[in-house]
Parts: sequence; C-alpha cells; structure tokens
Amino acid sequence: MHNFEFVKPSTLADAVAALGDGEAQPLSGGQTLIPSMKARLNAPGLLVSLTGIAELKGVCREGDMLVIGAATTHATVAADAAADFPGLAALAGQIGDHAVRNRGTVGGSLANNNPSACYPAAALGTGATIVTNAREIAADDYFQGMFTTALEEGEIITSIRFPIPQKAAYAKFLQPAPRFALTVVVVAQYASGVRVAVTGASEGGVFRWAEAEAALSAKFDADAIAGLSHSSDGMISDLHGTPEYRAHLVRVMTQRAVRAAL
Amino acid sequence: MPKDDGIGASTKRREDVRFLTGNGRYTDDINLRGQSYVHFLRSDVAHGRINGIDTATAAAMPGVLKIFTAADFAAAGGIPCGWQVTDRFGKPMQEPKHPILADGKVRHVGDPIAAVVAETYEQARDAAEAIELDIEELEPVIDMVAALAPDAPKVHDDLASNLCYDWGFVEENREAVNAAFESAAHVVSLELTNNRLVANPMEPRVAVGDYDPWGDNHTLYTTSQTPHVIRLLMGAFVLNIPEHKLRVVAPDVGGGFGSKIYHYAEEAFCTYAAKVLKRPVKWTSSRSEAFISDAHGRDHKTKIELALDGDHNFLAIRTDTYANMGAYLSTFAPSIPTWLHGTLMAGNYKTPLIYVNVKAVFTNTVPVDAYRGAGRPEATFQLERLVDKAARELGVDPVELRRKNFIKADQFPYQTPVAVVYDTGNYDATLDKMLELADYANFDARVAESKARGKLRGFGIAHYIEACGIAPSNLVGQLGARAGLYESASVRVNATGSISVYTGSHSHGQGHETTFAQVVADMIGVDATSIEIHHGDTSNTPMGMGTYGSRSLAVGGSAIVKATNKIIDKAKKIAAHLLEAAPEDIELKDGKFSVAGTDKSVDWTGVTLAAYVPHNYPLEDLEPGLEETAFYDPSNFTYPSGAYGCEIELDPETGKIDILRFIAADDFGNIVNPMIVEGQVHGGLAQGIGQALMENCVYDDQGQLLSGSFMDYAMPRADDVRGFTVDHSCITPCTHNPLGVKGCGEAGAIGSPPAVVNAAIDALHRAGHSHISHIDMPLTPSRVWAAMNS
Ligand SMILES: Cc1cc2nc3c(=O)[nH]c(=O)nc-3n(C[C@H](O)[C@H](O)[C@H](O)COP(=O)(O)OP(=O)(O)OC[C@H]3O[C@@H](n4cnc5c(N)ncnc54)[C@H](O)[C@@H]3O)c2cc1C
Repeated sequence: MHNFEFVKPSTLADAVAALGDGEAQPLSGGQTLIPSMKARLNAPGLLVSLTGIAELKGVCREGDMLVIGAATTHATVAADAAADFPGLAALAGQIGDHAVRNRGTVGGSLANNNPSACYPAAALGTGATIVTNAREIAADDYFQGMFTTALEEGEIITSIRFPIPQKAAYAKFLQPAPRFALTVVVVAQYASGVRVAVTGASEGGVFRWAEAEAALSAKFDADAIAGLSHSSDGMISDLHGTPEYRAHLVRVMTQRAVRAAL
Repeated sequence: MPKDDGIGASTKRREDVRFLTGNGRYTDDINLRGQSYVHFLRSDVAHGRINGIDTATAAAMPGVLKIFTAADFAAAGGIPCGWQVTDRFGKPMQEPKHPILADGKVRHVGDPIAAVVAETYEQARDAAEAIELDIEELEPVIDMVAALAPDAPKVHDDLASNLCYDWGFVEENREAVNAAFESAAHVVSLELTNNRLVANPMEPRVAVGDYDPWGDNHTLYTTSQTPHVIRLLMGAFVLNIPEHKLRVVAPDVGGGFGSKIYHYAEEAFCTYAAKVLKRPVKWTSSRSEAFISDAHGRDHKTKIELALDGDHNFLAIRTDTYANMGAYLSTFAPSIPTWLHGTLMAGNYKTPLIYVNVKAVFTNTVPVDAYRGAGRPEATFQLERLVDKAARELGVDPVELRRKNFIKADQFPYQTPVAVVYDTGNYDATLDKMLELADYANFDARVAESKARGKLRGFGIAHYIEACGIAPSNLVGQLGARAGLYESASVRVNATGSISVYTGSHSHGQGHETTFAQVVADMIGVDATSIEIHHGDTSNTPMGMGTYGSRSLAVGGSAIVKATNKIIDKAKKIAAHLLEAAPEDIELKDGKFSVAGTDKSVDWTGVTLAAYVPHNYPLEDLEPGLEETAFYDPSNFTYPSGAYGCEIELDPETGKIDILRFIAADDFGNIVNPMIVEGQVHGGLAQGIGQALMENCVYDDQGQLLSGSFMDYAMPRADDVRGFTVDHSCITPCTHNPLGVKGCGEAGAIGSPPAVVNAAIDALHRAGHSHISHIDMPLTPSRVWAAMNS
C-alpha cells in the first residue's frame, strides 16, 4: 500500500470540501477500496472517511419509501429493514461474510457498481432513487455498465430511497470462491407492475429483464416465465460459468425469486 | 482401556492451546534486531528473454539497501532437484538449471527477476516498481501435449525438448499388456484430467535469514516441513555452507500439504543476502505471491484402459499420462507421477498385468510437485472412475465388480505387478463397514425422497490403496532418490525423570507433540505431561527427513520407539544394579521397575536420578546418563486402504452438487490417537471434495493465471464439506513397524475425489442422463449443467 492521508469529517459539507482535492477519494466500509490499495491497484493521496457523518447513516421509513443512509452497513440494513422491506434485509444479510457485512455499506456498493454485487440489483429492481450531495438520480439512469455510474468526480451518495414493494424477493446463486453473486435476481411487485433486475450475469453490469417484467406483470407466478429464456449475448464468460449457463440462471433465479416472494 | 494419555486415547492436542490463544510462534512472528525486508520483483509474463534490468533509479530510493539480480548469484549453485528418474530407454531425465533469480529468461508468471532489500517492506515494494525491465516476450508453452510438438517453443533453450522423461512401468510388461488387450472380452477406457491445484496452507511461506559474522554462522528460519532436507540441499548444493555452519529452524508452521517440503529460491536468497548485508533479511509471501510461487499440485492428463475377461475379471490395465512439471523441477517433482503413481496402479485389485506410461512435460507454468496424496490421488482417481465406468458399461453392480476383483484378506502379503508388496489389508471388511454406515440398503428410498423435491440423488463408491512412509532407503536410491528416507529420534531423559524427545519429523498441524508423547508415555508408563516433543530445529534434532507422505508416525514414531527401547534397556540395567538383581529379571510396568516374582522395586525417577547422580552406579560397565538416539529405516511402505461412500444431491436446474453424507471406512492399522486420526481424515476429505467440486488452478493460453486469488480460486468452506462419518475400526496392523501403524494424513484426499464424481455420475444416470460417462473435475454447477444439456 502506498502512503496516504486520512480525514474523518463529521459533516457532509466538510467531506465534500475535502474531496475537492483531486487526489482524494471517499472511503466508506473499505471492503473494496482497501484491498485494491493493498494490491497497489489504487493509490489515493487522501482518504475521506464517510462513516463519521451521522446524516449518512441509518434506515428510516418515509411513507412508502425506505430511506437508507449511504454509510449504513449491510448488517444494519439486514436488521433494521427487516420489518418494512424483508426482501432487502434478506439481500443485505447474505452479502459476503460477517466481517464484510459489519463494515461494507450500501453507498460503497452502489458507488462501486461491481457487476457481481447485490445492491445494484436491489436499486434497479425497485426503481430506487440515488440521492447525492448534488442531486437525485433515478436507478434507471444511474448504472452505466460494470464499475461505471452516473456519479461525477467528488460526488457523494448520501442516501438511497427504495420504494417499498407489495411483494419482493431476491435469489442469489453463489460464485463459490468469494461467494459474490454468480447471478442475482431481484423481483419486486408494485401496483404499477413488476420489476426484475439481474446482476452477476452480464458484461454490461446490472440490467432489467423486460420480457420477464411483462410476463410477471400480467401474472405474478413463476410459471408465467417458465417458457422464457434470456439470450446469452453479452453474458459474462469466466471460470465459473459460460454465457449460456448464466443466461439459463437468469431464468431459474427469476423463478426462484418469484416463488420466494409469494 | 487405554491410559488417559497412552496409545489409543483421544488425548486433546496440547499444541492447540497455544495455536488457539494466539501464542503460536510462526516464522513471521520472528523479528530480529536490525532486520531488513526483501520484495521479489516477479515476472508478469510467462515466457520472455531478459534483455536488461535497470536498477539505478530504484537503488537510489529511500531505504533501499541493495538490489540483487542473477549476476549476484554467479557463484551459487541452482536450486537442486532431489530425484532423478530414468526413462523407458534407460536414460536419465532432462534436468534444467533452476537459478535463484531468473537468469537470461523468465519461464513462468511469478518467476523472480530481482530482489530488493530495504529497511521496510513498503520501501522494498516501492523500489521494485521503479526497476526498469526490458523483457522480450516469447511465445509460451502452456498445454502439455502442444509442448511436445516438434516445433514447440522450448522452456529451456539448452534442453533438447520440453520432455523431461518418457517413463514406462513396468517396461518389461508392455508387450504382454498389449497382448492382453488384444484378446480381452471387454475393454473399457476413459480419458480424464486431474485438475491442477494450489495448496493454499493458511500460513503463506516466510523466510528469515540471519548471519553471525563473528562465528561465520548462518541461520534460516523458514516455513518448512523438512528443515534438515533444506539444510542439506541449500548448504551443499546452492550456497556451499557446511552443515555445522548452517542452522535451519522451522518453528510452528501453519499447514503445508506438501507445498512446504521443497527447497525454494526465497530461502536461499534470504540466507545469502543476510551474509552480504550483515543484517537479517525477511521475506513474507503475500497470498497473491503464494499463488504464483508455491509449488502447485496434480495436473495430469490421462487415458486409462481396463481389459476384462468374460467373467469380468480384470486382466490388464494400461495408462497414458501427461504430467506437468511446470517451468523447473521442484525438489521431488519427478518422483510424483512415477514412483508414487505407477506403483499404486494396482489399487485394491488383483489385476495381473499393468503398464503405466508417463510423459513429464516442461511448460511455462509454476512448478508442480507433491500435494496431499502426491501421485496416489492421481492413480486412485483414474482407477476408481474406470472401475465405475466398467460396471456401468457391463451392467453390473459397482460393489460386486470391486469385490470380485479385490485382493482377498487371505492373499497377503500380495505381490502386485507394479513392484510393491502389500503387507496386509482387508478390503472386503472396509467395504462392508462403509456400506453399513452409509445405510446403502435403503438408498433407493432416499433417491425417491429427493426426486419428490425435484432433486437427483446419487451414491458413489471409491476404494483406495495408499503407500505411506516411502522406503527403504537403499531401494529408493535405486529408483533415483537423492536422499535417504529414514527417520530419527533422540530421547533425552532428564535427571528427575521428565523426558525430552527430539524427532527428525516435523509437525505443521498433525499433532505430533501430542501423539508422540502418548507413545513414549505408554511405553514407559509415565504421565505424558512429563514428556516434551521437540522438532524443527537442526541444531538440536538428529538429521531427519521431515514430514510428508503420511510417514510421521509410521517412520518417525518407529524411530522414537527404537530410541525409547534403548532407554528402557539401559534403565533396566541401572535398576538391576540398584535392586541387586540381573537385568533379565527386571520388569517395567507403569513407570516402576521391579524384580520379577519379588516385591523389590524402584520407580522411574529413582533410576533416572541414579543415571545422572551416579553415586551408586555400575560405572565400570555402564556410562552415566540416559539419552539415546535411533534411526529407523523401514523395510517396506505401509499400505493404508479404505472404502469411501459419497451421497450427493444434484439440483438439475442449476447443476449444483451438495454433499449430503460422506462415509470413510479406513484401515490405518493400529491407532494411537483416534481423535487426531479423525481430524486428519476430515481435513483430507475437505481437500478431496474441494478438488472434486470447486478447486481449479487455470492458466490461459498466454500463461496468465486465471485463478490467481481467492476471488477465483474456490476453497471449500465448512458448509461445503458436511456430513462426515469416519470409521477406523477395520484394523489390519502393519506387519513391519513396531507400532503396527500405517499413516492417515493423505487418505481423505486420495479416496474422496473419485467417490464424489462417481456419485454425481450415478445421480445423472439414475435420472436418465445415460450419455454422460464422465465430467472432468471440478464438477462446477456450470460444467454439470453443460453436460446435462449437451
Ligand atoms: C469477501 C467479500 C465478499 C463480498 N461479497 C459480496 C456479495 O456477496 N455481494 C455484494 O454485493 N458485495 C459483496 N462484497 C462487497 C461488499 O459489499 C463491499 O462492502 C462493497 O462492494 C463496497 O462497500 P464499502 O462500503 O466497503 O465501500 P468502500 O470499499 O469504502 O468503497 C468502494 C468505492 O466506493 C466509493 N465510495 C464509497 N462510499 C461512497 C459514497 N457514499 N459516495 C460515493 N462514492 C463512495 C469509494 O471511493 C470506492 O471507490 C464482498 C466483499 C468482500 C471483501
């Protein structure tokens, strides 16, 4: 690891100011950033910790929205979202291991947008709003391919507003080495229709499966998509699965998520 | 009933107290005054010519003490290979040079090019980034078969080809085996890959070199399974340091699985650099470095064939194997696919004719050497997969086909056609035991229960034979070993009766400190707590060969028994003097010497005190003191065997396999500590199941390691390896060592891969996927699904 400076501001304004330095980078749970610094793949001159800022933390219900501070850990989401949005709590509760869940945060996960991470599917699958220090970004506009988002340099996610669905669930198929997702599907049913979001499968990162959304909006039943198959074009090919296999898992995991939601 | 801490007792492991409370002393815990740190700049290309290394900028960076390259080692020897195999034509194998730092060429990703020594580790890494390398990339050879093409690029320019050796065993049987195939009623064949593995012990490798200029003494602290072997190889062949000036210490070592047997360049480097710099030099491998510098395991490509007569008796076995050596020959690499593989090809069966061909190949990959089981898992996997396939093709029960061809209990000692003689065994007994524990009789009902839930259930059987405690030395010398394979022990009885035992074997998780103390406690009849087991330091233990190949109790334990018997003999003479009786009349029981048929006795401490305070002592006939050393060179291998049963459930939607139960019925001969044996089997099963289902070391065609971290190299976790039932009640004691023990460290890793794969194929066939005759390991969900949908 290269040398770096470290600050831990207690207000958002101080954090934004500190990030004005071109060499600076926000640090949240550090579960992605610190390993990449140890491997010398990343060498920020200044780390601006977000975990000392009270307004970035906590799970709070506002009407039919569940608002989660960006620096809230996966473990806290797993515990505190359970009553209002059990599907989301379950997703958070199965990220990584205890250590990862006790440090890793929802904001860090969404900022990083790892193609195999779980939260991007939750945000896109619920049509969440990503709130930053500067603006509000709809999930449909936020994710722009693997490890790429709509965030500008120095922009900080402050909270995420998840519309609470009537029914929702997620199904995760593990990549056995780190136990990240080989394919994760989040299915959420709203009065306006059903949303289906998938991570782990596509080279383009998280995506919505429109055909399944249409079929499930017509009939929210696993059998409604039994005849569908997702194309393997653009699916990830690696040691753990072929594009064909991942395309197949998209359907299987969608069905499982629907069954779990019902 | 066994004594609480004697032979047969499940004494808790005394070493665990320090391990579990964070008080172990591992090599990385050793920090010496004035210590410096080395970072190795490693090749990131698989094959290339080094046209220049510019260290000027780096050398001027903060904290840098010196940057070493191959030029600094012009006077040193290369890393030696400890085994020379002779090929089918009577010629010695091709043996390339293995420099400490890459000389002229880099030959695999991870090959060390330069070594930066600095005041801190981070300074060394910073400077390494500033070294300017001019490397001309060359086309790499990765695939073994392609490496043998006449126009393939050569890993070593000065060798004739990439072929290390073409080995035939038993060469004289070649024609007879071919003839048996010509006339056989049935021939079954199978092509398979034994996947390359990374050992991944929990503790990565570490080396600390230290030099005392006043006495010209070198010390190397290293994560080794074999400290004396390292002293011999490094001292005599690499750095030219005589043994009396070189001390090698392997303190607590956090697992090895074979990967810490070998002499590595980093050890020689730290020892040498400490002298040059007159400062201790420390290297601690990162996990990423371990992936590209620890010797890998397995990596065979095999075609195996079985000839049977009309009654399904096995007539002959013929195999063709390519074995990957990697870019250089690791210490014991050439022996693994030959003498530890070909000699096991009879398995548990009375096949009269066997011919094994092995082509060992150099490729631009990390060197491959022994990994838990070493050659024997490769032999067992192909044989047990083939027997299963044969049963399926012939439409017979795999249990019955095995039984029919088993060597029977009354046929021991049994001379196999592949040189070795099995001393004891009872294969039907372990098979019966396994089937009983597995409740095999009711398996069909469980299949139906799974089916009702949409899952496929399968049961796989594998039998294995293992050869442990490789020996005797004069034989292995004829086979090409450049080392002896005895073990040593010194038993030092202290004046007040406590006992210090110095063993040449080494514990890195096996529990020697507990087990060996149980043996001595049992023999003398004293409390095990009065016995301490020392290992791992060449300055106080007799020359020993270390720990690998499940040899520690069978060979190292036997040396302790021999030395302890010498102690008892002498102690009896002292007791005879004290009791005014003849030595022949002295009996030792429960730590007390008595004169047979009388009530005259003296206890253990009375004798030990007399030995060191010899006031009343037969000084004319007997030296004072009570300390004995013994070396034990076994007359044969030991042959553990066992029957393994694996019950799996397969999810047909995803191809994912879950192990529901795994039953291991082993015959390890006599057992000293059943709890430790059970733990050894559990560990072996976890590694074998890991190989079968998820572990896979994969290179791309440019020689980049695709599975170079735990993000892609999947290790089994606790919930992947549940449902173990381990039994070792079937006992046929080894006939040629004093404890009647056989060795249990590798069995789990040897027997489990074929059991898992056989179970998967069974599940698929029961569900009608009868076109699937084999799936290569690891059986990842993606591969299983692809096979089902092909
Ligand atoms: C062993 C292991 C297993 C894992 N398994 C899973 C899994 O199964 N599923 C899963 O989804 N994830 C998994 N993760 C990833 C984990 O969830 C991480 O915590 C997460 O991806 C990053 O969150 P973090 O808070 O640690 O972010 P950090 O590492 O602190 O930061 C990550 C990146 O985001 C930036 N950043 C952080 N916070 C903000 C913010 N508020 N605004 C703008 N930029 C920000 C940082 O600058 C950095 O670039 C795993 C990680 C590990 C180590």
